Amino acid sequence: MAYEMNFQPVLSRAPELIEGTIATIELSAKSIVVGLAVGLVVALGRHDGPRAVRTLATVYIEMFRNTPLLVQLFLLFFGLPFLGLRLSADEAAVIAISLNLGAYSAEIFRAGLAAISKTQVEAALALGLSKLQAMRHVVLIPALKVIYPALTGQLTLTVLGTSIASAISASELTLAGARIESSTFRSLETFLVLAAIYIAITIAFRILYALVGRLLFRRKVPPPSMRAASAFDKKEARA
Amino acid sequence: MSTALHIEGLKKYFGAHEVLKGVDLEVASGDVIAVIGRSGSGKSTMLRCINGLEPFQQGRIRIAGHVLGEGPQNLRVLRTEVGMVFQSYNLFPHLTVAENITLAPRVVRKLPRARHDELVDKVLSRVGLLDKKHAYPDELSGGQQQRVAIARSLAMEPRVMLFDEVTSALDPELTGEVLKAIQELAETGMTMVLVTHEMGFARQVATKTVFMHHGRVWESGPSEEIFGNPQTDELRAFIEPNLK
Amino acid sequence: MIQDFGTDGVIFLARGLMWTLGLSVATFLCGGILGLIFALGRSLGPRWIRLPIATYIELVQATPLLIVVFLSFYGLPFFGLYLPPLAAASLALTLYATAFLADIWRGCIEAVPRTQWEASEALGLSGPETLRHVIMPQAIRISLGPTVGFMVQIVKNTSVTALIGFVELTRAGQLLNNQTFQPFHVFITVALMYFAICYPMSLWSEKLKEKRNVDSTAH
Ligand SMILES: Nc1ncnc2c1ncn2[C@@H]1O[C@H](COP(=O)(O)OP(=O)(O)O)[C@@H](O)[C@H]1O
Ligand SMILES: [Mg+2]
Repeated sequence: MAYEMNFQPVLSRAPELIEGTIATIELSAKSIVVGLAVGLVVALGRHDGPRAVRTLATVYIEMFRNTPLLVQLFLLFFGLPFLGLRLSADEAAVIAISLNLGAYSAEIFRAGLAAISKTQVEAALALGLSKLQAMRHVVLIPALKVIYPALTGQLTLTVLGTSIASAISASELTLAGARIESSTFRSLETFLVLAAIYIAITIAFRILYALVGRLLFRRKVPPPSMRAASAFDKKEARA
Repeated sequence: MSTALHIEGLKKYFGAHEVLKGVDLEVASGDVIAVIGRSGSGKSTMLRCINGLEPFQQGRIRIAGHVLGEGPQNLRVLRTEVGMVFQSYNLFPHLTVAENITLAPRVVRKLPRARHDELVDKVLSRVGLLDKKHAYPDELSGGQQQRVAIARSLAMEPRVMLFDEVTSALDPELTGEVLKAIQELAETGMTMVLVTHEMGFARQVATKTVFMHHGRVWESGPSEEIFGNPQTDELRAFIEPNLK
Repeated sequence: MIQDFGTDGVIFLARGLMWTLGLSVATFLCGGILGLIFALGRSLGPRWIRLPIATYIELVQATPLLIVVFLSFYGLPFFGLYLPPLAAASLALTLYATAFLADIWRGCIEAVPRTQWEASEALGLSGPETLRHVIMPQAIRISLGPTVGFMVQIVKNTSVTALIGFVELTRAGQLLNNQTFQPFHVFITVALMYFAICYPMSLWSEKLKEKRNVDSTAH
């Protein structure tokens, strides 16, 4: 084990690494925005859409949650041109990762919708709010608070999952790393550096989630099971 | 006196289960009606029909100038004119007391921000909680939360208020403060329908008491008569163990 | 053109599927054993054990699986350790599964109320006895749903090893596509094969989670 590590050849390619890091953050951000929007729409459709919409939403969610992201990527990138739709690698990556996140986040959003007791919505309706206003002012923040850990956990998986997009040569960090590796032959060093950068990206995103969380939830809402009112909800349901 | 609420032949089914079997009730403006009866007799369902939270199959409800049961209605306008207070308070946990109170005036009535403070002070002083403006619901006792819920409802200046067992979830020592707030409200001439298990309170505060049994108004009349001289065996059996 | 991807192709993919399943089982077994040890160490061990385990879990969970796979395949030879794709794939997936299973199971152990420990101590049970007879039986019941759920993730994530040339289902799909040029048919078939394995497991996981919720509210 006399191998001596030498990071110099890898680190001298810093511009490529930085470019790759930026591309990864860009790919992640786009996929998160699109994916969460898809997830929210699908969750609402599944929550109180007509039967056909609910079925469609369920099929979408199960298909994407029960097949690998890599295969979804291959299908979009290699398979779609066969049907006459040609996407660039970068486009295919954003779409595949967004659809994947959409399926997972739809499930998470659904849990949030289910966690808010019906009585909260009724109280809002009784005050004259519309269903939409009740959603916006009464359901949204407490529901988001309940699912926030699960949601941000999923976002972390999604960000790390972008590395898979290197398989179709979409521009991102792992691809940049693979290029450096194949010209420097410093495999170990290259991938250790990549790991370090990904860890830094993950930590940066986590800090961002915490900040957003602090903005959204000005104050801690205890989980619904611990709230006194929920005990009464049950009592009332039985009465 | 004019009629504030008129219910005629109200029937309500949950699936095949007939919960309200033809309820008739008339409430004059300024009346305070106590609704008593066993658990499951349909009291909550009736209240929920009155402000449109439950659809019903037959009958008619006239309230605050609206008629339910004759085609589509603007339920939102109706609900701003009919306040409802629940057993479980249902305060919004992520909003302060003041924000709970101003939510509906702000969102539904578009009340300008400059007038929020004034409104909050007005309704909170009526329930004696001026000092809790900036507290969050879980920092308050059950009795205080319920008083905030009453204030929140008052902020929409309803013409009629419905109370569904608003003290049932409270410890006995907290019940009094909520009943006091309701009694003070009654003295201002607010029209109210209260479902309650507090027989003493019903007798003292309600102008009229309604005894519901098996989805019907079994017996009704001035509270003094209902409690002092019950006519049916069912009512006697219901109130005797309650009036120790 | 359709004949190009026919029965032979499906058989080829099915053989890839066998490797996917084999790799998944191996990953679950190795990752499960290590994960259990790590979970116990993380939740019950002394500080000098808890800290490195926690660090390990955090680091692996913040690194893409693909990078872990690359590190064991391309990185280890620098230590004179040349692993064939199967071994490198198993090693990487085990490292990954260990971290996630340890984290899931730690949560399950800690989900058993503290009062259970106190009650057992009051009955005169020793620490290990409490763990064996009181805590673990409850923790295991709690863990069933999430564990099966994670098995689905393992099956899907074995696909990443295609990128170091290990011929499991996804790699088999790539190879077949290179021969037939029918990417749509090939990858739809590949996706359906994954789905056939993962979907029943997902349903099972949901059922276990529901059952647990019912159990816990019944108490
Ligand atoms: N959402 C519902 N679905 C089905 N049955 C219900 C529902 N709500 C109430 N019920 C039934 O209607 C009857 C009357 O209930 P309720 O109005 O709550 O009675 P009370 O308030 O007098 O205790 C009960 O038998 C109850 O089980
Ligand atoms: Mg009731």
